[in-house]
Amino acid sequence: MNTPKILAPKRLFAATAAALLIPLAACGSSDDSSSGGSGGSDDQTLTVFAAASLTSTFTEIAKDFEAAHDGVNVKLSFGGSSDLVSQIQSGAPADVFASADTANMDKLGKDAEDPKDFATNVLEIATPPGNPAKITGFQDLGKSGVKVVVCAPEVPCGAAAQQMEQKTGVTIKPVSEEQSVTDVLGKVTSGEADAGLVYVTDVTAAGKQVTGVPFPESSKVVNTYPIAPVADSDHSDLAQEFVDYVLSSDGQKVLADAGFGKP
Amino acid sequence: MPVSASRDTGGPGFPRWLWLPAAVGGAFVLLPLVAMVVRIDWGDFPDLITAPESVEALLLSLRTAAASMVLCVVLGVPMAIVLARTEFRGQSVVRSLVLLPLVLPPVVSGMALLYTFGRRGLLGHTLDVLGIEVAFTTAAVVMAQTFVALPFLVISLEGALRTAGRRYDVVAATLGARPTTVFRRVTLPLVLPGLLSGAVLAFARCLGEFGATITFAGSLEGVTRTMPIQIYLFNASSHPDSAVAVSIVLVVVAVLVIGVARQSRSAV
Repeated sequence: MNTPKILAPKRLFAATAAALLIPLAACGSSDDSSSGGSGGSDDQTLTVFAAASLTSTFTEIAKDFEAAHDGVNVKLSFGGSSDLVSQIQSGAPADVFASADTANMDKLGKDAEDPKDFATNVLEIATPPGNPAKITGFQDLGKSGVKVVVCAPEVPCGAAAQQMEQKTGVTIKPVSEEQSVTDVLGKVTSGEADAGLVYVTDVTAAGKQVTGVPFPESSKVVNTYPIAPVADSDHSDLAQEFVDYVLSSDGQKVLADAGFGKP
Repeated sequence: MPVSASRDTGGPGFPRWLWLPAAVGGAFVLLPLVAMVVRIDWGDFPDLITAPESVEALLLSLRTAAASMVLCVVLGVPMAIVLARTEFRGQSVVRSLVLLPLVLPPVVSGMALLYTFGRRGLLGHTLDVLGIEVAFTTAAVVMAQTFVALPFLVISLEGALRTAGRRYDVVAATLGARPTTVFRRVTLPLVLPGLLSGAVLAFARCLGEFGATITFAGSLEGVTRTMPIQIYLFNASSHPDSAVAVSIVLVVVAVLVIGVARQSRSAV
């Protein structure tokens, strides 16, 4: 009876250790294969970190890029630009970074190699379908009783909204300051808010779920999107190729179709 | 919920090898906390946690969590009693439904609340006629917190009620006490520890509420931006130092609450 009792903890230890280590090992090996792949075999994985507002366009661009490059697999990670910057700075394996504003690209400093502007974006008002509160221009957002949702000033779309307020002299008293454009859209599509301040491209992407109200003052605050290969990338050549592809006429067409302006 | 203290009383004991996975589990829970504490820049810490937005978020969180806890008690105690003291067809289904918010992703809870109390929700028109607007108000925060925390109280109390049994209730009743008197003087005191731990669990859950709140109530300083939302915003806007500092405050508050509850429970 004594022997199995002694064995049991060992077996359990082995099982526990295995359970803990197997997933780690799996993670490790996938990294190895991707970095080893650049040596000569065909399979290469390019990891692109891009601002959330680029979700649909970069998904399309990545597909085109993969089609044009045999054995290349583009992995996309979308998020708030500042989130992505802190991830890269804490060592996330990004090869390319596309930011929604120059401020966040600047924050990356030397980790970004020669950033290039590839698109611009301006603000637009999004209202629930049919624009029930009858918003006609930016001035209407300052009216009392109009429920306006904006991004928090700490995030790029909120900073742009704040600049717009300064340039137009309109003071918005928002009912909510959300963390991202998608959160703002959520409040608008659900009909809780009368209006939300987002980018033109977000209104285009939201389709029938919102009614867009463009306003002439929007050209006063233009958001520039820079892109750059990340320094120390294992695939620096491929990263540069991807950046070039985004800047090429093919890449630019995808962006223009989504409502982005020229850099 | 355990009514008796869970101290090892020298009974048959447990297999000693259980120490190993227990230690691994403990390390898994504690290490991230340690990692957070290590990240703190103690020089800036006082400034970070006394920043107006941090203080505002803490006060809002405490206020709303307290209000939600009271609501949970007011609504949850009767629910637990009905569930524990009755037998009816489909009771297990009802119980599962009541406990549903425990397993629902909070964002889903927030959406469900939106579809109920939102402007275009089920009751939206009625509320509109009554001149009540819920969305983007502190009331919406309390509703979201109550929705997700209520099952914690119900499940704790129902367990306590079932463990306590009905013997004392029956005796009191045969001695002539009316149902309300029995409830007040016998049932409630008997399950007080269970009620207390349920209320504390609910309070703690409210403090941590994020998904339902941001979906249903939004995020505005001093109105709807509770601590978890402020932490998320700090983190998302590259102020990780502020995020960590405020997180530590939240952890300390949670530990204090649990500690106080344990203290008063052992006193009961």
